[in-house]
Amino acid sequence: MKDKIKLTEYSKTSGCAAKMSPQALSRVLHQVDFKSGDERLLVGLDKSDDAIAYQFSDDKILIQSVDFFTPIVDDPYLFGQIAATNALSDIYAMGGRPLLAMNVVGFRTCLGEKVLAEILQGGADKVAEAGAIIAGGHTIQDDEPKYGLSVTGVIEEGKLLTNSEAQAGDFLILTKPLGMGVVATAIKGGLITNIKDHPAVKAMRTLNNKAVAPMQKIGVNACTDVTGFGLLGHLWEMAKGSDVEIEIFSSELPIFADALEYAEMGMIPEGAYSNKKHLEDKVTFIGEIKQNIVDILFDPQTSGGLLISVAGDKVADLLIELYALGIDDATVIGRVRGHGAKIKVSY
Amino acid sequence: MKELDVRGMICPKPVIETKKALEKSDKLLVLLDDQVAKDNVMKLAKKLNCQVTLLEDGNEYQLTIKKTDMVVEKQDESGGKVYFISTDTLGKGEEELGYALMKGFVSTLLEINPLPAKIIFINSGVKIPTLNQQAQEHLQQLVEQGVEVVSCGACLNYYGLTEKLEVGSITNMYEIVESLNTGEVVSL
Repeated sequence: MKDKIKLTEYSKTSGCAAKMSPQALSRVLHQVDFKSGDERLLVGLDKSDDAIAYQFSDDKILIQSVDFFTPIVDDPYLFGQIAATNALSDIYAMGGRPLLAMNVVGFRTCLGEKVLAEILQGGADKVAEAGAIIAGGHTIQDDEPKYGLSVTGVIEEGKLLTNSEAQAGDFLILTKPLGMGVVATAIKGGLITNIKDHPAVKAMRTLNNKAVAPMQKIGVNACTDVTGFGLLGHLWEMAKGSDVEIEIFSSELPIFADALEYAEMGMIPEGAYSNKKHLEDKVTFIGEIKQNIVDILFDPQTSGGLLISVAGDKVADLLIELYALGIDDATVIGRVRGHGAKIKVSY
Repeated sequence: MKELDVRGMICPKPVIETKKALEKSDKLLVLLDDQVAKDNVMKLAKKLNCQVTLLEDGNEYQLTIKKTDMVVEKQDESGGKVYFISTDTLGKGEEELGYALMKGFVSTLLEINPLPAKIIFINSGVKIPTLNQQAQEHLQQLVEQGVEVVSCGACLNYYGLTEKLEVGSITNMYEIVESLNTGEVVSL
């Protein structure tokens, strides 16, 4: 019998760890004149947000995002599901709902058409679950397989959630545990056998859609999704965009049970090191925080949870709603303390 | 020592290969060409309670990974010190007196609590485990009680004493520097 194809062997980095480093990207973007001076563009390049937002009518805002990456698991169907879940997440992080999606595919023909069909099926199933439609796509020949979506969403006027409106006094809620990059590295290293049922893989395949309705109902100040830049990277974008000081309670962080162990063993993706390099001077660690927790804080997440900044008098209501919808991992992980972009990690 | 070349391998393969190799051998030289892989392999070694020494040359790294046995771990817990002995006579003054004092010093090391974690002989210090017969006997007793006794290989070579080493093992500068860096050091 032919050996089963191991998709991850064709990629150097996997999942959101495959993101270009934030410093390098920022250097490049500064060299380009994007000529984007349209006032209907509510959220654009300058905001480092999850998606762009464009006011296309008086009462509706268009949200557009694209996200694709290299295989994070060997199973093509699972990879398709994870990549699509991750791409759709940007729309949810803005508080919107996805309408249309297009496949973005790089594929090595020798892997066989069946493998590609399974990847696309995984994506299609997630898009259908999200209530959106796959309307087309583009596929190129590529030695390193890649898959993701370009997603178009919509949101009503006044409901747009950005990562730049966190307010002093807010509580921060994270809706999925951390450690996906470390677990993905352990999967790549062959240390995890039952991949499909691993809690991190389940979380990566879980849409962030359910949290949107409670966020809109109760009203939150800011939201983003935690992906390639790690928790601290996305917190930094929130702290910088909102000009606030954020404190993270490291002992409260939800982390996949085995991820701490794998982190100690050196199953740390390269992206964690580049995230650390980029963020080191922006984060203050107070007291003795265990190295494996520090590593998890920089760990690039794939299809991570939503990071929500909500006012103190609403936090309990929001948690109750999130739990009622089965988002059991939602946890208060920190607080917005005051002004001046800064991150503190305390015990 | 077994050599493991993980150059050109993509993470986490270097970690996995090192882990596998350490299941088979107690001491390993790992060749790497990637900083992330190096950092990750060092984490693994630490997690497995191994002693690690790093030799760095641009983007090339050599890690010497040594499993530490139970005895050494026990000493670490008891807070034994590292004795760095770079002379064959103790103190300044008449050589004869210094020689006798060194004998006395080594024999007294047997009496202290906690025992030393490690005794490192360097430069003319290597004459003690090779030429000083009474000290040799005491050192042997220390080794039997779990104290690590090591002598600088290059120094033994220089004084033509390599063949005469009766007690303990030969070490290199990387291991010496690593020991000085990790333990509480008494220098003579």
